[in-house]
Amino acid sequence: MPGRHGNYMKKIYIKEQYCIGCRLCEIHCQVKHSKSKKIIKAFKDEKEDIVSRVLVEEVGYNSFAIQCRHCSDAPCVEACISGAMVKNENTGVVTCDEEKCVGCWMCIMVCPYGVIKRDLPRGRVASKCDLCVDEDIPVCVKNCPNEALKFIDTSETDSKEEVEVESN
Amino acid sequence: MALKLAQSEFEIERDSQKCISCQVCVRQCSNDVHEYDSDEDIIYSDNDKCVGCHRCENLCPTGAIKIKEKEAEFKKNYNWTSSHLRNIYKQADSGGIILTGMGCDKPYPVYWDHILFNAAQVTNPSIDPLREPMEIKTFIGRKPDKLNMEISKDKNGNTKIKLKTKIPPQLELSTPIMFSAMSYGSISFNACMSLAAAASKFGTFYNTGEGGLHEDLYGFVNNTIVQVASGRFGVDKNYLNKAAAVEIKIGQGAKPGIGGHLPGEKVTRDVSRTRMIPKGTDALSPAPHHDIYSIEDLSQLIYALKEATDYKKPVGVKISAVHNVAPIASGIVRAGADFITIDGFRGGTGAAPLVIRDNVGIPIELALASVDRRLREEGIRHKVSIIVAGSIRSSSDVIKAIALGADAAYIGTAALVAMGCHLCQKCYTGKCNWGIATQDPYLTKRLNPEIGTRRLLNLLHSWSLEIKEMLGGAGINAIESLRGSREHLRGIDLSEKELAILGIKHAGEAW
Repeated sequence: MPGRHGNYMKKIYIKEQYCIGCRLCEIHCQVKHSKSKKIIKAFKDEKEDIVSRVLVEEVGYNSFAIQCRHCSDAPCVEACISGAMVKNENTGVVTCDEEKCVGCWMCIMVCPYGVIKRDLPRGRVASKCDLCVDEDIPVCVKNCPNEALKFIDTSETDSKEEVEVESN
Repeated sequence: MALKLAQSEFEIERDSQKCISCQVCVRQCSNDVHEYDSDEDIIYSDNDKCVGCHRCENLCPTGAIKIKEKEAEFKKNYNWTSSHLRNIYKQADSGGIILTGMGCDKPYPVYWDHILFNAAQVTNPSIDPLREPMEIKTFIGRKPDKLNMEISKDKNGNTKIKLKTKIPPQLELSTPIMFSAMSYGSISFNACMSLAAAASKFGTFYNTGEGGLHEDLYGFVNNTIVQVASGRFGVDKNYLNKAAAVEIKIGQGAKPGIGGHLPGEKVTRDVSRTRMIPKGTDALSPAPHHDIYSIEDLSQLIYALKEATDYKKPVGVKISAVHNVAPIASGIVRAGADFITIDGFRGGTGAAPLVIRDNVGIPIELALASVDRRLREEGIRHKVSIIVAGSIRSSSDVIKAIALGADAAYIGTAALVAMGCHLCQKCYTGKCNWGIATQDPYLTKRLNPEIGTRRLLNLLHSWSLEIKEMLGGAGINAIESLRGSREHLRGIDLSEKELAILGIKHAGEAW
């Protein structure tokens, strides 16, 4: 299987000073989570049905793209009544098992970042960033034209700047 | 609607089969060309507003947009070209001077493209720069007339040689390429930051232009050349000492004889602090330095700056390439300058009257050749380093310039292009979609200095490699050995007069 393996945690860091608000991250996230995985086909046929799991927040010229932070102590996992929301102990990635999700939206209520969305077109399931586990780099990071999103191994992060960004 | 005589210059082709209405183009265009119609889920584009910067085309995730130069706009006429007609229409509308940005785009001869470089065969072996030493380091600054050595013997009887001559201050360049003067104000802070960081990492220099030095760039002191221009923006003792060298700007290739005008909209809080002028006021650089009306006056300023910097930094003078450039250069050397920058008429600008940019000045190739010859004839060439600027487009232009007599080359436009500039020539509007020639915080973010620095470093690296390859091919192992060695150049498709001015033989003529 292509993609990332092993016992490490990589996180997406946000460099809001370089986010240009183009929303290419959202577009590529939608494509990634479409049936066809082909950009034109996905938008022509499934546009209404695919929810982006990364959100660009914008006020004036300030903008940044935010997706699930995969919290170490994830409140959504705690709040999930059906056991659909789980945190992988090895990779630290929080995912929602859409088969188990019953759509009670408790995860949405407790998410401190507001990055879980209702995916109504696909049934009553919670939609959130899965960190593109089958890709080397999440598509939002890969397609950001200004490197406003960075995918960094948390165990190797010693740069002060990046830690600051995280704490923001 | 009012009568509109001038038609749009560009045509936006949108392939509806490919367009997914994602609106990236809408969000990216600072000229409001694209508009999304939510009722129809369609994006409409207004050709009239397009400046041809290609930002939307580059960012479109499906390749649905093509920006095309509009053809057959007017009836074909070799005399009354569409640019003449369009300009007349514009001026009949506005009554004003037509402004433009970047360098002259008229089809004047480009002499670099009529000069061929030599290579070694049989009688002198070529050198492989990947396997053998190749030196492209060079020094900018006044060289002494002669070197005095003190030769003595130590107690063991070994000969000791000591250099007695005091060497004037020099800039050490790891490659004969520097970034030319582009002011903070005309370009964004992120662009300045990218230039400064790249120059510092590569071991070369960038030039602040006449807009002062932002305090966040003070750390790059060893790779900064500060400019003192007619507006004296941001100039004080601290500014002069936050640099490795000082350059007095007399003229700029794109607009010889013309001052500068940074519109008040671009004078943001940071720009105003850096330039030491009130926020929101127009920054006007007078056409002349009002204290320089002769070589003697220039000499006074050179020595005032040398005094202020304790004679520790080279002080140079930048002039545009004009008809009388050679005697002016001679005067500048005699006035005490350590380096002369000559900016050819194809050099870029953030804003200049079109009529000046396209009609005033001379090509850098001819100016360089005549200055170098004049200084040699007068026996003062060693007293000064010559830096050329004004549309150095490739490593081959650099190497040809050095063979024609330059010490180093300044690149401005090439550096901006490396950072994303598409030469739409609309710098003066302050709406640069690439985040370079703008102070709008929405647009300046578009240039991530990490990416800018990386791309500039790549450019310096690749040009340096190419220079080494070409030097090696010609059997030369040091850039200093090539300087002024015009036998390595041959002209092609040039007249006797042009060859005489360039001081080179025609292709086919042997030694």
